[in-house]
Amino acid sequence: MPPKLTLALVAGTLAFAAGLYVASLTPLGDLIPELLRGAQVTAVVALGGSLFALAMALLAGLTRLYGPAPLRWLAFAYIETFRGTSALVQLFWLFFVLPHFGITLAPMAVGIMALGLNVGAYGAEVVRGAIGSVAQGQWEAATALNLSRAQTLRRIVLPQAFVAMIPPWGNLLIELLKATSLVSLITLSDLAFKAQQLNQNTLRTVEIFGSVLLVYLAMSLLITAGMRSLERRASRGLRRGKVA
Amino acid sequence: MNNRNDTTPGAEDAPPMVRFAGVTKRYGDLVVLDSLDLDVAAHEKVAIIGPSGSGKTTVLRMLMTLETIDDGTIWVDGEPLTHMERGGALVRADPQHLRRMRGHIGMVFQHFNLFPHMTALKNCMEAPITVLGLSRDEARERAGELLSMVGLGDKLDHYPSQLSGGQQQRVAIARALAMRPKVMLFDEVTSALDPELCGEVLSVIRTLGREHRLTMLMVTHQMGFAREFADRVCFFDQGRILEQGPAEAFFAQPREARTQQFLRAVMEAV
Amino acid sequence: MKIWDWDYAWEVLPILAEASVVTLQATLAGFLLALVVGLLFAVGRMTGPAWLRWSVTGVVEFLRSTPLLIQIFFLYYVMPEFGITLDAMPTGVLALGLHYGAYCAEVYRAGLDNVPRGQWEAAIALNLSPWVTFRRVILPQAIPPIVPALGNYLVALFKETPLLSVIAVLELMQTAKILGSESFQYTEPITLVGLFFLAFSLVSAALIRQVEKALQPRAGRRT
Repeated sequence: MPPKLTLALVAGTLAFAAGLYVASLTPLGDLIPELLRGAQVTAVVALGGSLFALAMALLAGLTRLYGPAPLRWLAFAYIETFRGTSALVQLFWLFFVLPHFGITLAPMAVGIMALGLNVGAYGAEVVRGAIGSVAQGQWEAATALNLSRAQTLRRIVLPQAFVAMIPPWGNLLIELLKATSLVSLITLSDLAFKAQQLNQNTLRTVEIFGSVLLVYLAMSLLITAGMRSLERRASRGLRRGKVA
Repeated sequence: MNNRNDTTPGAEDAPPMVRFAGVTKRYGDLVVLDSLDLDVAAHEKVAIIGPSGSGKTTVLRMLMTLETIDDGTIWVDGEPLTHMERGGALVRADPQHLRRMRGHIGMVFQHFNLFPHMTALKNCMEAPITVLGLSRDEARERAGELLSMVGLGDKLDHYPSQLSGGQQQRVAIARALAMRPKVMLFDEVTSALDPELCGEVLSVIRTLGREHRLTMLMVTHQMGFAREFADRVCFFDQGRILEQGPAEAFFAQPREARTQQFLRAVMEAV
Repeated sequence: MKIWDWDYAWEVLPILAEASVVTLQATLAGFLLALVVGLLFAVGRMTGPAWLRWSVTGVVEFLRSTPLLIQIFFLYYVMPEFGITLDAMPTGVLALGLHYGAYCAEVYRAGLDNVPRGQWEAAIALNLSPWVTFRRVILPQAIPPIVPALGNYLVALFKETPLLSVIAVLELMQTAKILGSESFQYTEPITLVGLFFLAFSLVSAALIRQVEKALQPRAGRRT
């Protein structure tokens, strides 16, 4: 690992630990373990949902662009349905209604699935848009070199589309993180659930909700920072600079 | 080498390398190419000139199968390009046939269209490996040779964004040559370059013409270069060839009034 | 148990229709508030002393980066501690207005940035006051291109009104949950609510596309 990265990781971990220690000395101290447990659940749901959303987005986006007609329509229906309805409604539907069809899943699975399907639908449009943003000239040059469509997609277009996808995906991942708070409504003990619970028990409303908001903010900033560095690394050769 | 005395296209016994037979292209109501007949002999260098909208770029794009044709047939090296033979008759070519025929043609674009996420070397290696099935080493050797030939042997690991326009266009030429096409198409390849960078690209094309047995079609505004380098010049106007002939004779004594008007305007702009 | 009970569906439809009025009220009120708040945020980020610009930027980032659900809870439980006691519906509308005001602020910012510098300079040269410049020169040019983006946020806001159910606002989602818990038949109410949202979304998406097309000729996009 490059020395700068190691240093940053060590410094970050020390700062986090120090922050925890300081916080534990404040009146907030006794709340911290509970909140951390909730944050852990939030992180797991966010991570699982993100992976699922990415998979769905690639699948639906590529199918919508290049699949055979019936599959294209299926992808279209999936995208429009999940973009056009409310995330909470989708979550509740999967939680309350699926059991009637004989499918009973754990709340965690329901949460990850609902969020993944929802964000995946928006992600599919991002994938489509990113592929569309690759200049027509790239396709033409590939045709002139006699590459097949699959080869062109795989070797020329998708690598360039990937870079274009990163900023919008960053926004989507933050939306997903915020949406994880909804799983508190299907009995998952995430950060939002803990906030409600602690509030009802201790009535220290301002402190609890204030710190919870800060934790979400911190996680959002982490995602943003991660996406920015990913974009920097991925666009190594693609710097859209001026040509002499 | 520049001027040939037997100048009638297709007069040789060998079939033409490229033949447009009655080719028509329409965009909605607009007729871009009007029943075009054009023969290009093997190893011939043809310059295509004319005002914008005259259909000249469309000629190249159709030959490169980037556009479909509405009427007529295009032949390459004796075989139909846009159609294929089925039971004695000609039917529209299917994708496999197009892919096979496309291998005979290479194209260099006005805006280079280099793959920005690959180095110059990788740009030239990609298609030989993926399409021709060359091994990585064979492709690297071929790419290295070609890039040296165009004067970029020391820039193999540079990305397009690190190269000047003239350098990028030379990489584009090397990339197209790596596929060993029989016909090379040049679509206004200096139009997007700063004037002082045109020379290096034209010099590479000149070398190509001298040392390689390629058939070349060039859409160009560089009249001086066309005059000195091309065997034949075709002047396109409103979807038809208005006038054509051996390069020197064409520029010295244009017959049609429209041709004279065009040449005057272009020379004045320099 | 039957997959779909048409009788029950018909039975709950009128109840849901009534609740949809509440949903639409919350949507419209929330969006109007968001439009106003967003413009204030956007202007606050552009003008004024540095401390104001920094704090507005901070508030906007905060609102955009944290869940609406928590913001709703925060307002509902925290405001009374500061002496402000509002009913559930106004609290919900306030939360929606602030949250989406932050999003709209970004949209306004893009629209304002797109107005060429020369317009501001011409206004100064003509000695127009800042207020008049803004109202008569800048805003009329900044707003039309961003209407589709604002429209998208209207739809997004509409789709988040079910969150108000957590503070017991009797909108569609809350009503559906109550119906479901009473009859133990959740499928019909929740599906109907989902279909209602879907229909509304599709219609408004089409409308927004029409608006976009109508504004197209001015923008001069590449063909």
